[in-house]
Amino acid sequence: MHIPDGYLSPSTCALAYAVALPFWLLAYRRAKALLHTRLVPLFAVFSAFCFVIMMFNLPLPGGTSGHAVGMTIVSIVLGPWASIIAVSLALLIQALFFGDGGISSFGANSLNMAVVGSLVAWSSYRLLAAGADISARRRVVAAGLAGYLAINAAALLTAIEFGVQPMLFHDASGTPLYAPYPLSVAIPAMMIGHLSFAGLAEMLLSAGLVAYLQRSHPSLLAGEATMSAAAGSRRSARQLWYGLAGLMILSPLGLLAAGTAWGEWAAEDFANPASRLEIIQASGQHVLPQAAPEGLARLAGLWSAPFPDYAPAFIHSAGFGYVLSAVFGAGLILLSLLLLSQLAGKRGLPQ
Amino acid sequence: MSEQSFIAGGHRHRGNIAERMVHGLQQVMEHALDAEAQSARQGLLQQLDPRIKLLSLLAVLSAALLARQPGSLLLLLGLAVLLGQCSQISLRQLYRQAWLSVLLFSGVLAVPALFLVPGETLFSLPLLGWPVSRQGLYSAALLLGRAEVAASFALLLMLSTPWTHVLKAMRSLGVPVLLVALLGMTHRYVFVLLQTASQMFEARRSRMLAPASGRMARQLIASSSGVLLGKAFQLSSDVHLAMVSRGYRGDIYLLHSFHTRKRDWCALLLAVALPFLIVWTHA
Repeated sequence: MHIPDGYLSPSTCALAYAVALPFWLLAYRRAKALLHTRLVPLFAVFSAFCFVIMMFNLPLPGGTSGHAVGMTIVSIVLGPWASIIAVSLALLIQALFFGDGGISSFGANSLNMAVVGSLVAWSSYRLLAAGADISARRRVVAAGLAGYLAINAAALLTAIEFGVQPMLFHDASGTPLYAPYPLSVAIPAMMIGHLSFAGLAEMLLSAGLVAYLQRSHPSLLAGEATMSAAAGSRRSARQLWYGLAGLMILSPLGLLAAGTAWGEWAAEDFANPASRLEIIQASGQHVLPQAAPEGLARLAGLWSAPFPDYAPAFIHSAGFGYVLSAVFGAGLILLSLLLLSQLAGKRGLPQ
Repeated sequence: MSEQSFIAGGHRHRGNIAERMVHGLQQVMEHALDAEAQSARQGLLQQLDPRIKLLSLLAVLSAALLARQPGSLLLLLGLAVLLGQCSQISLRQLYRQAWLSVLLFSGVLAVPALFLVPGETLFSLPLLGWPVSRQGLYSAALLLGRAEVAASFALLLMLSTPWTHVLKAMRSLGVPVLLVALLGMTHRYVFVLLQTASQMFEARRSRMLAPASGRMARQLIASSSGVLLGKAFQLSSDVHLAMVSRGYRGDIYLLHSFHTRKRDWCALLLAVALPFLIVWTHA
């Protein structure tokens, strides 16, 4: 799942860094507020632990072996924010020292495994193990399922990042310039391996570790609750962040939708024979007027958006324009969110 | 982590689970220790300022990402070989630590592109009859070329610069002090934990009479990971106490003694010119 350099275009890499950045900052701020000076050795040692755990090849039924990423157990023990930082640091060391994952794709790798992996692992574990006793069997099952879901969510995101490359970046003759497989190839290729072997490895290791910790270090399993208790007052802000993250991650999916959304036709679509056919088909063979309704044609020219159809006029590639628009849009949302939280803070409102 | 570097290393070793784990862990330690020894030699890259090397690496990576011709990537690869030769980094090292491992991982991913990318058919495979398209060949070459160039230059940086200097360079380029400290400590503790894990498996191996069954091996891995997690937690508490008792209050200070010379600026100029040159040739 470690994407090497050269598989993602520079703009996808930049977008991945842009999406990962707020999570890194938030994780750092959240963890620092909770742990103060303890965080330095704690993060460093747990990053090293993630690095080493990725080398533990687990023999799997069927004669193969797979390795876990470790984000599940770190999320369970230390919480998702510490896990984001620990896994990202481990990925950076791997990229620099061992060529395992690229430097330009470090943002994407961190987004997939550290951010999405940790958040999915932590939220599904909390959901499945809610209210269970420290020594309950349900915690073992919850950890296994959380690990399985987390690694597969990360793999799916990796597959989408791979799969959108040929659509967005190809030369005049149609040759893909980066990862060459469309989503129809990238998703099954990534998911078959992860739904079976890698998912099984993360599941077995996470469940096995929780079972082991229940017997030998139950305090470590209880530790997470004390760490996240202080963050409880910020739960509403957290929900907002999750929603935002989901939107940003899914933004490249907009590219997959063929044609214009129903009811969002431009005035010139009424005159274009191909668009007319599309509109008639989408409207259940309903009769379409020969020209655009007068009111629509008059009001359509009132406001000219700087980024029409997600492609700024100065960018000649529609795909690149889309990615750039996603970065721009995400940046605007983040900026407004920060401004709002600043204003709310000044007025003494709960954040 | 069976991708890239470690494919060429430990996992082909046969034996019981404990033996394979010890072998794999030792390979990683050797890999990093080699890099440390190599960076102490005298060579062209070793004499350059680490900050300049770091910036140049980023410039060359951008050049590789922007390149749209296999020829440009081949030239960049040639530059990596030339720099390696001038820095006492042998072709064998580049081949073993970068090219082979990238070829094994990226090659596996690139091969299906030959058949899957639609386009003008160049030839068909003799027995299977699968058509190989010109676009597919071109796409696979770009994919492999970029990964090889990026891995070669990253390896050159790590083999010609001690890790502490890379960290210092990051710091002087504005990377937050805490991140640099975390990276430095993580690197240190990777070895501590690798050694601990290696000793744990060695101890287990010396008590095993027969190869472990699948179920037993899984139990062994889970309990070893658990012990390692417990030890990691203990280690972080000990280190924290040791740091606090030595006056650590949340601020980290690093010594700076880097000096740039004319040749550093020349190297940076050349490296930064590469992405521009590539964009200009493609325009």
